[in-house]
Amino acid sequence: MTVQDEHIEVTTKTMGFVQAINSALDIALGSDPTVFALGEDIQEPGGGGFGVHKGLGAKYGENRVRPTPISEQAIMGAAIGAAIGGMRPVAEIMLMNFVHVCADQLINHAAKLRYMSGGRTPVPITVRTATGTGGGFGAQHSDMLEAILVHSPGLKVVVPSNPADAKGLLLSAIFDDDPCVFVEMTGLYFSAKGDVPVGDHRIPLGQAKIARPGTDVTILTYGRQVVDSLLAAETLSGHGIDVEVVDLRTLQPLDTDTILASVAKTGRAVVVHEAVRRNGFGAELAALLQEELWGRLAGPVVRVTAPNTPVPYASTLEQAYLPGPEKITAAARRLMKG
Amino acid sequence: MTSSDVTTAAPDAETQREMYRDAVRIKLFDERYLALMKSGAIGGMYYSPRGQEFCAVSVAANLRPDDYVVTIYRGLHDQIAKGVPLRELWAEYLGKSTGSCGGKGGPMHVTAPDYGLMVTTGVVGSGIPIANGLALSAHMLGQDRVTVVNFGDGATNIGAFHESLNLASIWRLPVVFVCQNNQYAEYTPLAKGTALSRISDRAASYSMPGVTVDGNDPVALYRVAGDAIERARSGGGPTLIEALTYRFNGHVIGDQQVYIPKDELARAIADDPVVKYRRQLIDAGLVAEADLDRIEADAAAEVADAAEFAMNSPWPAPESQATDVYAKETVG
Repeated sequence: MTVQDEHIEVTTKTMGFVQAINSALDIALGSDPTVFALGEDIQEPGGGGFGVHKGLGAKYGENRVRPTPISEQAIMGAAIGAAIGGMRPVAEIMLMNFVHVCADQLINHAAKLRYMSGGRTPVPITVRTATGTGGGFGAQHSDMLEAILVHSPGLKVVVPSNPADAKGLLLSAIFDDDPCVFVEMTGLYFSAKGDVPVGDHRIPLGQAKIARPGTDVTILTYGRQVVDSLLAAETLSGHGIDVEVVDLRTLQPLDTDTILASVAKTGRAVVVHEAVRRNGFGAELAALLQEELWGRLAGPVVRVTAPNTPVPYASTLEQAYLPGPEKITAAARRLMKG
Repeated sequence: MTSSDVTTAAPDAETQREMYRDAVRIKLFDERYLALMKSGAIGGMYYSPRGQEFCAVSVAANLRPDDYVVTIYRGLHDQIAKGVPLRELWAEYLGKSTGSCGGKGGPMHVTAPDYGLMVTTGVVGSGIPIANGLALSAHMLGQDRVTVVNFGDGATNIGAFHESLNLASIWRLPVVFVCQNNQYAEYTPLAKGTALSRISDRAASYSMPGVTVDGNDPVALYRVAGDAIERARSGGGPTLIEALTYRFNGHVIGDQQVYIPKDELARAIADDPVVKYRRQLIDAGLVAEADLDRIEADAAAEVADAAEFAMNSPWPAPESQATDVYAKETVG
């Protein structure tokens, strides 16, 4: 099928999240010889922990789709050094919790080497990493750590919510000249299918998307919680509440223009994220809104987040932990009642 | 493997003359910088490499300008030996706008890609994984350049060291790991923090050659490094070199060295490798004493010029504080 997208007619194909990422990697590897992938288990036939690289090892060979030992510091360092040397590495850190294992390389080095060198050593790496609650992965395989990364100047942070965005944002990240962390929420891996543009279709970093227009209250969210927020918006429309859902798509750079325009219009904001509440990205958004829209808000900025606990294992506990559609609906209704 | 297996020939007289010249440039830069710090004219942190000159010079004498070097906060000798001009080096140490990084890096983060000095890290051992990446880029881009990464004995207890040697070995990367074993990891003697006495033995765990050599013997280290660099360049994979040395000025400026036996330090200083090499060059008839005198006078003048240039250079404009964070500065 074809759809109108940003005034350009593009051909699309229905695919899932994993396939969309695979497609972006395929296009990047196929179009630029400096692009290469590295990570644990990414060789054939499995193509990595979640199969994202399936078929790419056979197509591009082990020199460019490069399996590594379980050595996150060595993986991240190899990506950084190769980037300084003129390559565009796409490193897979299997799960986001393992970013802590190589935080020195990512935060002390990738993020800062451009700055510390006065611009002489850019680090155009992309770090893909999967995470999220809901699959029974427990406390060390599920954390959302985006706030730590956004708190590290020099990094860019991307959290896509659907297959088309995943492909378009990943291509932009790979060809961006700064280090980008690309967060793939496992809850989206095998659920959401969507129409994904065929070919080298890029979505610029730093542009939020109005996922649903509305007039009464703005939900600011990203990743899997866009899906939950759209479900909540449906329920809320049955209560006569017209919700605007803003999919931030990238947290750094942050599209403050779209955020402020939406909240200025509705006067009310609910921030939704899967990361824990304390010092989460929602706190930054709430601060931004009070700084920029003081006096124009009809109520306090409300946060719907995970509680300040580690991620639990049992499915009943996972559901208690997650900021699902019911919690989002309830928060928006409370805000509207004032 | 032992240092007696080496095939690289001893450097010719001209090369040895240049090695001495670089060692003197390092020594005089360090001595003047320390003197200015002690007088209060210069502030900040400084990690003197005095005593370790040849660990840098003898390795770099085997490198091409387009080869890569990665070093650490005690990196002045590596930076000078790789060819970073003294003016922009001194200016960066002072944080001036004319420094190699425009004053944003400082001594712990000197970067000068024009001369192949790619990364200076302030985190012990952290340059080692990055060196692998530089070596990988050369391999993937079909370049025959070699990457040398310098670090201390303490860095070999960092997890990243072990991850990196393993990865370099399985990928046969064109990288040379140079451990400048100066006997102390910050304030802790080697034996107290390291489970073996011969660091090059660690190479065996990663199926790569490891060799221990007297890092204060300029010719011996030159030959060992020559072999390792040639092996890396010709696709033979990585090597771990342990260069035995000693630091004269403790860990950092202000270190009173109370943890170092006085006679041990006195012996090391009495055996100053730069002074000793001078005598060797004369005795072997390789360089005339008058020539060495001239080299020293030229180096002193060059150091004085660099110091003056740096002192008289402007500070970075405050507006530049927020630039160079991202490729496009519009990103907030």
